[in-house]
Amino acid sequence: MEAALFVTCLTDTFYPRVGEAVVRVLRHFGCRVRFPAAQTCCGQPAYNSGFHAEAAALVRRMIAVFEGCERVVTPSASCATMVKRHGPELLADDPPAHEAARRLADKTFEFATFLQHELRVDIAAHLKFDEPVTFHYPCHARGIYSLDDLQGWLAGGNGQEVRAPARPDLCCGFGGMFAVEFPELSGAMLGDKLAELAATGAQLVVCSEAACGLQMAGGARRRGLPLRFKHLAECLAESLGLMEAQP
Amino acid sequence: MNVPKSLRTRTAEAVADRRVVQAVQLASWRKVDQRREALAKLKHAEELSERAAQIRQHTLENLPRYLGQFVERVTALGATVHLAADAAAACRIITDIAVTRGLKLAVKSKSMTSEEVHLNDALAAAGVRVVETDLGEFIVQIDHDRPSHIVTPIIHKDRKQVAQALVRELGCAYTEDPTELTMLARRYLRDIFRRCDLGITGVNFAVAETGTICLCTNEGNGRMTVTRPRVHVALLGIEKVIPRMADLGVLLKLLSRSATGQPMGVYTTLVTGPPRPDDVDGPQELHVVLMDNGRSDILAGPLREVLRCIRCGACLNACPVYRSVGGHAYNSVYPGPIGSLLTPLLYGPQHDELPRASSLCGACKLACPVQIDIPELLVRLRAGARRRQPLAKRVLLRGWSWAMRLPWVYRLGQKLMRAALPGGNDWISRGMGPLKDWTIARDLPRPPALSFRRLWKEGLDDER
Repeated sequence: MEAALFVTCLTDTFYPRVGEAVVRVLRHFGCRVRFPAAQTCCGQPAYNSGFHAEAAALVRRMIAVFEGCERVVTPSASCATMVKRHGPELLADDPPAHEAARRLADKTFEFATFLQHELRVDIAAHLKFDEPVTFHYPCHARGIYSLDDLQGWLAGGNGQEVRAPARPDLCCGFGGMFAVEFPELSGAMLGDKLAELAATGAQLVVCSEAACGLQMAGGARRRGLPLRFKHLAECLAESLGLMEAQP
Repeated sequence: MNVPKSLRTRTAEAVADRRVVQAVQLASWRKVDQRREALAKLKHAEELSERAAQIRQHTLENLPRYLGQFVERVTALGATVHLAADAAAACRIITDIAVTRGLKLAVKSKSMTSEEVHLNDALAAAGVRVVETDLGEFIVQIDHDRPSHIVTPIIHKDRKQVAQALVRELGCAYTEDPTELTMLARRYLRDIFRRCDLGITGVNFAVAETGTICLCTNEGNGRMTVTRPRVHVALLGIEKVIPRMADLGVLLKLLSRSATGQPMGVYTTLVTGPPRPDDVDGPQELHVVLMDNGRSDILAGPLREVLRCIRCGACLNACPVYRSVGGHAYNSVYPGPIGSLLTPLLYGPQHDELPRASSLCGACKLACPVQIDIPELLVRLRAGARRRQPLAKRVLLRGWSWAMRLPWVYRLGQKLMRAALPGGNDWISRGMGPLKDWTIARDLPRPPALSFRRLWKEGLDDER
């Protein structure tokens, strides 16, 4: 099976290791991975900010970049939501473009759901942890995968305890431009979120969303909390011996 | 000159007010949990919510018809219907009713619509004393405060503040015992109820087929407000109508559960016209003030579904922004996610910032019993007000969108970013320029030397 990687601009820039992990895991399970080099961003920041003409232009770009790819896999549920839900909406008044956006939506998959549903991989069976783990359920994963899905994937884990935060779906306070438009407020939400994670006693947080990770890792460092954040793809790549474990 | 504070300043000040934040967090989480438990016990909660959304949406799409039916029915029952185009008209109509009849002491049961039009001020200016009879609103009133939640107006106050307000007003010995304080307030309000001559209420639902108005309260004050005084004035927004009595059952099942986790409010009062000749008590006159105040414009626009709202307040409790800042930072009668939609729509562009103060986490959408897609509507409002967003942001987003269309500019941007964040340290704690606002709240990792696309180009691609 062939999969084109849509790595997302944040992962590309801040978390290249996550991109590498996705590639290695997909290859491990028999995928041929392509990386269309012209890709940039899905347009989500513009869309969320209400800059819909700009966002629509980037959706058209996404369609062109991934033209001819059978399947598109991305390590971000929120970028997947942008492609799958908002892309077609933004092009609603241009029927051919709307149809193309629909086709892109249909062939785009978030990484973990791609493993589970397209490659029929039992994620839990392949995951190993050396320590107790906790996790973040990203708000924009709703509609892509459920909290139960996420907990199911982590439940393998080599017998290590998965310590669910009291409110696993609490927002981290990122919210795109919101994080810099209202930094004090975003920071207060972040503080609440980190307190929830820290209260589990686990130090490894599985967070499969680059934006939430950027917010929470930066917040943990600012507050001196011993939390480490890893994408599910990194956890899998390490468990499968495809990448060296990173402390 | 008194320049209004920006929303950012208001939120920054609000999150620093630990006393208020703690009170709001505690109460909101409790209500989130109570709501969840109450809905879990309800059979077919999901289907009911679906049905409730349909009822409300159907009503909005046929509003003239149902409003007409309601007016016809309630008039036939003997009520006087007044149409108020805006807030000023509503206040004028109600003060006229009071002044022409020589009414001097008004009791009011909790009504957000009356808050929306600042009715108390208008009545006071006309020489009518208004006493709030909902305990929370009463405390707000005696403390010269503002409600900070649409269902629990004093959510921002702790036990001490409530005690101090009541003790000061009622002149009793200091106590923080809620039961004792409630009994003291009750005795005070009973005396007011004995002497009042005007009763003012909002309306939770107005049933078109019967001309019935429905009030939901927990303290019995609503029912006394509609029976004790000689004149009852009900003020309602035109969107509050529902088609049939059967629909009321659906909505009532969800309202209290969503609001407070109760299977049903303690008092559900149905008023079907003024008293009939053989009724032993009740007011001599019933006036129904149907108020538009911007609702027709909302109805005609792309955000119509916001008018499905039944004012349960579940979205406020569910919202991490609301829990972090409390209700006052919104500078509006309607705070929280629904307030961030209603406020700019009802009060205009000076509130354009509100829809931007959201991480779009969607907790409000999940909590809404009538399935209003609040995050989606917030984005639409942002889009509608894009020309009024700050210039720096507009330039940034336009420039960024342009850069993202040209891969070479995108790559150059990545390089510049690394150059701007010089090496030596993997984290930046004090960013400059556009990064300054990021590092106010958290550190920023320095992007690794090799982006993913470089990793790909320099070997990852060729492994197979």
